[in-house]
Amino acid sequence: MELQEKLISSFMVMENLGKVDLDSSIHDIRTKAMASFEKEGFPTKKDEEWKYTSLKSVLNHDYSVFPKEESDIEFKDVKKYFLHEIESYKVVFVDGIYSSYLSETTHDGFDICLMSSVLKKPQYQLVLDNYFNKIAQNNNSLTDLNTAFTIEGAYIHIGKNKILPKPIQIVNFYTGGEKDILLQPRNLIIVGENSHVEIIERHQSLSNNTVLTNAVTEVFAGKRAIVDYYKIQNDRENASLIDSTFVQQKESSIASVNTFSFGGKLTRNNVEFFHEGERIESHINGISILDKKQHVDNHTLMHHKSPNCESFELYKGIYDDASTGVFNGKVIVNREAQKTNAFQQNNNILIGDKATINSKPQLEIFADDVKCSHGCTIGQLDESALFYMQSRGIPTKEAKALLLYAFGNEVVEKIKIPELKTRITKLIANKLNVKLGFDM
Amino acid sequence: MLEIKNLHAEIENKGILKGINLNVKAGEVHAIMGPNGSGKSTLASVIAGNETFVVTKGDVILENKSILELSPDERAHKGVFMSFQYPIEIPGVSTTNFIKTAINEKRKANGMEDLPAKDMLKLIREKSALLEMNRKFLSRSLNEGFSGGEKKRNEIFQMAMLEPKLAILDETDSGLDIDALKVVANGVNKLKSAENAVILITHYQRLLDYIVPDFVHVLHNGKIVKSGGKELAYELEEKGYDWVKDI
Repeated sequence: MELQEKLISSFMVMENLGKVDLDSSIHDIRTKAMASFEKEGFPTKKDEEWKYTSLKSVLNHDYSVFPKEESDIEFKDVKKYFLHEIESYKVVFVDGIYSSYLSETTHDGFDICLMSSVLKKPQYQLVLDNYFNKIAQNNNSLTDLNTAFTIEGAYIHIGKNKILPKPIQIVNFYTGGEKDILLQPRNLIIVGENSHVEIIERHQSLSNNTVLTNAVTEVFAGKRAIVDYYKIQNDRENASLIDSTFVQQKESSIASVNTFSFGGKLTRNNVEFFHEGERIESHINGISILDKKQHVDNHTLMHHKSPNCESFELYKGIYDDASTGVFNGKVIVNREAQKTNAFQQNNNILIGDKATINSKPQLEIFADDVKCSHGCTIGQLDESALFYMQSRGIPTKEAKALLLYAFGNEVVEKIKIPELKTRITKLIANKLNVKLGFDM
Repeated sequence: MLEIKNLHAEIENKGILKGINLNVKAGEVHAIMGPNGSGKSTLASVIAGNETFVVTKGDVILENKSILELSPDERAHKGVFMSFQYPIEIPGVSTTNFIKTAINEKRKANGMEDLPAKDMLKLIREKSALLEMNRKFLSRSLNEGFSGGEKKRNEIFQMAMLEPKLAILDETDSGLDIDALKVVANGVNKLKSAENAVILITHYQRLLDYIVPDFVHVLHNGKIVKSGGKELAYELEEKGYDWVKDI
């Protein structure tokens, strides 16, 4: 059975088996989303937004759609996937099911808990009505699919004037208990006025079976809130990820989404920012370091709707072997968004002879008093720099790694959590297959 | 220490070096002078192992072993150092991290453990003081935004850290004002010993007032056309290079 048909029938099963409350307001949202998915189907290369990314090989599996039992995993076996050097809140899922054993949630002063509670408990009705699926509507059938199957995920709701004492880690494990599995986590993050939150997210397969994750996250940053979101994408070879993150910012807030894409078979990041107020600052950063036949597609949208806001976008890519990359950065500046500063930069190094990158800046500017710039470079390693380093005794492999590290460093430097910065540096060193023997 | 025998080298089928013979013993300072395009910098690059140039004939022997088959880093591990005429800027790598990596790679190649962090720091302090370097430069990206003089100073700082057996200084005096020149020359003089050797490549006699050579060679059209003592440099300064071209 084709995956699409399987999903349609699974949706009916889900409704009929009482897995969801048919009377809840989100029932309507689900049904509409499913209808939209049914109509559109999975995107193909004929869609302009999917021109350089084919989902064919990823969709061609008999995925199990509903997770079954909670699988037991020991903390010691998965400790390395956490940023365990520091204290943190943890919302952990194993094969799509909440793991209370691995998690550290709270309701004390703010909510760091589960989407499933929000869906079930009446006291969250207002939250659902005000926030759920309000910004996750990008005419993308995969987002609709996630909405239709919303069951579980992280729910984070921070009120006014709270500076979180420690970051929040959202980790999704896949054990391989089911042969091939489709996971669809759905996160909702609401950060109140003047509050600060740091989030680290990771999807990690523990098996070589195939897993496809279609994740959707909505982030609402209130007035003067500061939200930093880090996504570690360093999964195994048979794991693919379609990750859509939507961020709405209110006046004077600062938000960032940072993706570190080193692993996985296929990764598609949709990152979309919407401004609703003045003096907003937005940052989108990413590094992709790929080899073999890996593919990463970074699709971003920065939508300036109000005056006096700034956005900064920096994506770096290093492509070895026959890996492929896509960068599509859209910036829209509405007519009323005067005095906008919007900067976008995408720099790439191709190492492999068969590696390719398709880089596409898209600027749609309707205001006349703005500063907008974009730049894109595609190059190779600088031979004269390599010789210089070699002449000082640094072997070719290490010299290349050092140059590549230096190339990506601008993005690493933006990480605000020192332990995470060290961790990312180590992941980069591993990926480049060297020991970067110096302090960062 | 270094023997260059009938060395021929070319770039894109164009001959640059056309039979160089040179013998450098430990403890000696040799100056190689010559007009633009005579092959001075090519000679330095070929000794250091730059693969842009193809050696077609002859040999380069360091301590009785040919080094032509060795990669630039292997040559560096054996004690060859070249100070670049135009040092490369490497954004994102600090001078400190760069030199640490270089030193530990050299130690690794010679079967030694990494230098303990404490000793490394001490060494960096000592050598940067020798070159009267502003310590701020050490934590900045290598050569990025440095002035010409700062770059050259940084080259000699790296030389001081790596303690090479054979140092080739390619136009180290160019871009230096007189004060910086004195500091750099003073650094080189302090590093000189009976165990190591220096080859100075320079266009002008000026540098040789501060680093006094034992021998001066004049390179013209890919060959050494005249050799002599330090007086030769003065003669060149006075008469210009046309004089040797006619020889």
